[in-house]
Amino acid sequence: MTEPVNEKRRNFLVAATGVVGAVGATFVAVPFVSSWQPSEKAQAAGAPIDVDISALAEGQMLTVEWRGKPVWVVRRPQSALEALPTVRDGLRDPDSQASVQPDFARNEYRSLKPEYLVMIGVCTHLGCAPLYKPNAGAISADWVGGFFCPCHGSRFDMAGRVFKSVPAPTNLEVPPYRFLSDTQIRIGENEQGAA
Amino acid sequence: MSDNKSNMAPNKKLDILGWIDERFPLTQVWNEHVAQYYAPKNFNFFYFFGALALLVLVNQLVTGIWLTMSYKPSAAEAFNSIEYIMRDVDWGWLIRYMHSTGASAFFIVIYVHMFRGLMYGSYQKPRELVWLIGMLIFLVLMAEAFMGYLLPWGQMSYWGAQVIISLFGAVPIVGDAMATWIRGDFVISDVTLNRFFALHVIALPLVLVVLVYLHIVALHKVGSNNPDGIDIKQHKNALGLPKDGIPFHPYYSIKDMMGASVFMFLFALVIFYWPEGGGFFLEAPNFEPANPMKTPEHIAPVWYFTPFYAILRAVPDKLLGVMAMGMSIMFLFVLPWLDRCRVRSIRYRGWQFKANLTMFVVSFFVLGYLGTQPPTPVLTLLAQVFTFTYFSYFVVMWLTSPMERTKPLPERVTA
Repeated sequence: MTEPVNEKRRNFLVAATGVVGAVGATFVAVPFVSSWQPSEKAQAAGAPIDVDISALAEGQMLTVEWRGKPVWVVRRPQSALEALPTVRDGLRDPDSQASVQPDFARNEYRSLKPEYLVMIGVCTHLGCAPLYKPNAGAISADWVGGFFCPCHGSRFDMAGRVFKSVPAPTNLEVPPYRFLSDTQIRIGENEQGAA
Repeated sequence: MSDNKSNMAPNKKLDILGWIDERFPLTQVWNEHVAQYYAPKNFNFFYFFGALALLVLVNQLVTGIWLTMSYKPSAAEAFNSIEYIMRDVDWGWLIRYMHSTGASAFFIVIYVHMFRGLMYGSYQKPRELVWLIGMLIFLVLMAEAFMGYLLPWGQMSYWGAQVIISLFGAVPIVGDAMATWIRGDFVISDVTLNRFFALHVIALPLVLVVLVYLHIVALHKVGSNNPDGIDIKQHKNALGLPKDGIPFHPYYSIKDMMGASVFMFLFALVIFYWPEGGGFFLEAPNFEPANPMKTPEHIAPVWYFTPFYAILRAVPDKLLGVMAMGMSIMFLFVLPWLDRCRVRSIRYRGWQFKANLTMFVVSFFVLGYLGTQPPTPVLTLLAQVFTFTYFSYFVVMWLTSPMERTKPLPERVTA
């Protein structure tokens, strides 16, 4: 008395149920995946900060916090600026073609004013904070001064440009910034406005 | 098993067990996995470590639950709540050290357990799934340990997590977005800590327990391997039971309790007298609160990650380094298909296998040491050499295993 099974119809229904179920599961997954994104609160925490550099002596470095990251302001002595062209051959990206910086910093000094270097102190390899090692010979005999990452040994010159054959792929990032006066820098905003 | 044919038939021995057995296969499960699970009679020292892993898992679960009762998963309070547990909570120091030292004990046990598998070819057919599920357990365990290490919110917690999450940034195009998605912020923050806590105490332990269950089910389907690497089911007695097998309970349950006792003696010694493991179990910078502005002078992961970390550092390219580290674990997954020799145990395999395995173990230890050291040029070169020998294990295995000159296998297990 039982009717013969309509295999074609059964397969169609199974496939259709599977497809509809999969689409539904994908939609349900969206809120769960999206909830891992930075919240509105986290996104709003990126306001610019002002830094007073009047007390910064030649050769000194100041570290401030912007968007939860260390930002360095280094007052480079003349000797450090003169050393920049000499290391050029050993650099991976000497002209900052592949690196992140505002257009005004895509130069040899990687800064607005040659004397002041403003840079995000986060290694482009895996995010450690490199150490400021301005003195020649501080890391190895051929060291001319710059930044050294203690985690994986990446080396950067006094303009944050990465040396060859270290793990970091690009130069240290330069944030947008502008001078409010000779002794005041606003980080997180350039002449055109906020980042 | 009850012998009645129908559920409704009166059962003469309708005691509590009989009552349960009619509704739940208790006796059946007990017999299948414990009382009538026939394991080879020639298990040696290395066969303690499966049961020990289970013991340490229970230790981590119980102490972990107790720790959550006093721990506060927020960037502002986490570090202080750990100090509160260590100083003010009754026996808090013991429970915390049982957990933090337990993590290291877990990896010691797991590494020996895995080494046992490599030595006696336990990954070979028909135990490929046992091995694969085991590798998944290892992977989840590493994620669990990594997330747990962030929770004390010390300097090493913070910067270790910073480095590991940044690994995802090496993926082309979507990498940075992925790292931000995992952190839930543009830097490691309170948000990251909170979600790692959720994953560490709920999500991953659940996955771990399920995987351990599957590991055992898969093992009991195919039966345990043994130091001779031969199949005990080839020789059965009149009852159809393997002649070289003995029931897990009481023989191995008692033996494993003996092993567990010795293990617990040693574990207690470490907890009481050497809980920080000389900086290997708990690193000195982690006794300082996390400071996002300053990386510690020397940063190294906990010892059980250092071999893989050394491989990461050995490659002077971000993406390739991350890939090499990933491959160092992924290769282990496919080991059952790389080993083309049909003799399992090291006892009967050729010199190539022995030399290769020795070199692999040496590489693992040397890389493990190098991962704890600062990256000087000489040590980096050394790490590159041993990264090469680490990977050569898999290549040499694939190349030499089909033409190995093996020794004849015994008919029955040896003593």
